[in-house]
Formats: sequence, structure tokens, C-alpha cells
Amino acid sequence: MSTLLSDPMLPRPYQVQRVRHEIPGTFTMELEPQDGSAIPPFASGQFNMLYVFGVGEIPISISGDPDRPAPLVHTTRAVGTVSSAIQALKPGNTIGVRGPFGSHWPIEQAIGKDVVIVAGGIGLAPLRSTVYQLIARRAQYGKIALLYGARTPSDILYRHELERWRAHLDLDVYITVDHGDTSWRGSVGVVTQLIRRAAFDPRNTLAMVCGPEIMMRFTASELEKHGAPVEQIYVSMERNMKCAVGLCGHCQYGPHFVCKDGPVFQYSRVQHLLVKAEI
Amino acid sequence: MQSLAPILANHPFFKGFEPRYMQLITGCASNVRFPAGSYIFREGEPASTFYIIRRGKVALEAVAAQQGSRVIQTIEDGDVLGWSWLFPPYRWHFNARTIEETRAIALDGVCLREKGEADHDFGYELVKRVALIMMERLQATRLQALDIYNVPSTEAGV
Repeated sequence: MSTLLSDPMLPRPYQVQRVRHEIPGTFTMELEPQDGSAIPPFASGQFNMLYVFGVGEIPISISGDPDRPAPLVHTTRAVGTVSSAIQALKPGNTIGVRGPFGSHWPIEQAIGKDVVIVAGGIGLAPLRSTVYQLIARRAQYGKIALLYGARTPSDILYRHELERWRAHLDLDVYITVDHGDTSWRGSVGVVTQLIRRAAFDPRNTLAMVCGPEIMMRFTASELEKHGAPVEQIYVSMERNMKCAVGLCGHCQYGPHFVCKDGPVFQYSRVQHLLVKAEI
Repeated sequence: MQSLAPILANHPFFKGFEPRYMQLITGCASNVRFPAGSYIFREGEPASTFYIIRRGKVALEAVAAQQGSRVIQTIEDGDVLGWSWLFPPYRWHFNARTIEETRAIALDGVCLREKGEADHDFGYELVKRVALIMMERLQATRLQALDIYNVPSTEAGV
């Protein structure tokens, strides 16, 4: 039995415990193993393969707290057949889970340094786990800045949590939207423009960036412009994943397999690939 | 009363400016304050001032027929506001409305232009710095125009 459960290709049945609507088209789901067993430990930035039986399987990053692995938490945007099928699941329904897979955010390397987290859109989901850990181990880090950009005020993910984090005196949270409306009293402009507002020592900073690739590229460039060494910048990549263990080759990205070598990469390792139109 | 000279000298926009130039600039500067919800300038009005925002938040707005005002960008602590005072026809292209009470240093654009004409080294240095701000804003606007968050990601991503 244990051999079967440890097979990385075999999904384990989980039960949907709770579904929370976040923003239009995006929801957070809490899952527990159907057999009551323990949820495997995970590190922030890792992902699971979620399987809607009879429909298909997709990779989704884990957005819960690694220090409290139960329930298993995933935030998903419904953009296709499988994610829409996940969205349609109700509490009590079953979903298959394989994982966790992939590399993680380098929070150990960030100890003693300032930390800059830059998230765009739903890119905040894979970074939420990191924020939980940074807050829990606050004394180990220097200044911490969370810079978040969304399309419009109604697209701000985890809004209540952001407000809660903003109330922390030792955590600088900056939020901007690309397109404001008349009721929005916050910042308007792209997320890269928040970098100059954040207080950090660029030479002694570790930056973690997640969002659309073009946003990550411009963000890394802006961080470098402010003096952050490129090897201290990490990004999370998205690619077409199937096996999640580096066998099938669907997620090959230049010399890397995103599922196995990523999704979190040191920016300097993928920098040259990010400027290619197709890869 | 605190002199504006050290405040201006410490501002990133003026960092590295020769002290003799800082004297010229300070001579064109004054402290200003705008209550929340007020207009610093409106589209079409003569542009004669360059603002260094010390504290507050200003929305740059464009008014579109049947769409009302749309905020293009916010200008905040430490940012500079306005470059239309430097280029003919010296008229503002957008509205600048304060979202919060805003304190700024206003630099007389006509005064700066005249000093730049009289001393081209000063004028070139000033224009280079304004051009850098314009380039940064242009790049940001291009990124904004791409509407990057509106592109649906593939389902097979993370």
C-alpha cells in the first residue's frame, strides 16, 4: 500500500472541504485526504497536480501555510476545461492530488537579508506561503517589502489578507493597479514602479517575483537598476506540465524542466530564455 | 523656517547637480500645499510649474467623452510631477488631482527655462534629468498598455 501511495504518478483522493470565491473567476479550495491520512509536507513555491477524474489534470501551486499543511490550500483561476471543472466542485466532492513537486522559494537564503516580494495578478498565490513563513520567522530577516500589482481594484487577490499584512508595522505592503476607477484611492501604475518606493538595501536583498513573464522580466530589470544582484532574484515559471517529475518533457524550457528544476528559478538561469518569443 | 535647499539637494532628481546649479534651482522654488480633492492643474491650462511631491498622492487623469475621468497614474512621495512647462506650447496635457493632502515644492518653470537658456550646461543637465523621468514613465505606460494581467494563462501552468 505504501509503495502505491509513494508513487508520484498516482493521485491520492482528497475531499473538497471548503471553496472560497476570491475575485471573479478565481477561487481558493481547501482539501483533506479522503482516507484521513496526513498531508505531505511542502515548501513554499511548490505545486501539486490536481486531477478531476474523467476530465484531466493540471499543476496548481500550493497557497497555504507550509507550517500548517492541513488543509491543503490551492488558489486557482478558471481558464480552461480542467480548472473550470475544479471550480465546479463542491464540498464533499473528490479530487485527485499528486505532489508536492518542484523547487521552492529560497527563504533560507534570505535569512539575514532584506526581502522584496513582487507579485502580479494571481502570481500572489504561489508567494502567499512565503509571506506566511516570513511573518512567522520575522526576526530572521531585515526589511520585508511586499509589492503587489493587479489589473483593477476588483482584481486584487487576498484583499483582506493584504490589509492585515499592511497593518504589520514591520512589513511594508504596497499595492497598485494598472487601471483605477473613481472609487480607488490607492496607487495607479505598473508594479515595477513600486520598487523605488520600497526601503531595502539592494546589495543585501533577496527578491522573489511571480506574475506574467513580461512582468517578471521588467521587475527583474528594475531591481537590477536599483542595484540588486541578478543572482539574488528568483522567479516562478509556468509551463505546460504533465508528468510533474521530469519524464515526459512537456515542460522543457531550454535546458530545464520547469516541473523538476523549477518552477522557482534563480533569475540568472532563465534570464536569456525569457526574452525569446517562443520556447 | 527650513530652507528648501537641503530638501532639493537630497531629492533623487537633483542628486549630483553642481552646488552652483542648486542655487539657481532653489531660487525658483517655493513650498506649496494642496488639500485632498483639489486640482493642481487641469488639461489645457498654461504649464508653468514643475512639482517635487514631498508627501501625498496625486492622480493624473484624462477626461474622455462619455467615460468621465480616468486615472492614468498616481504620483506619490518623492516623485516629480509635470514636464509640459519645458516644451512648447507649455500647456498641461492631463489633469492633476490630489487624492490626499499633498505637500510639494513648486519650481517656477519659466524661471528654470530662462536659466537653462542663459546657461546651456545647466539647461542640458536639467533636460537630461527630465528626459530620464519621461523614459521611465513611457516604459511604465507601455507595460500598462500591454494589459498583462488580462492575458489568460494556459491551464497547464502553475
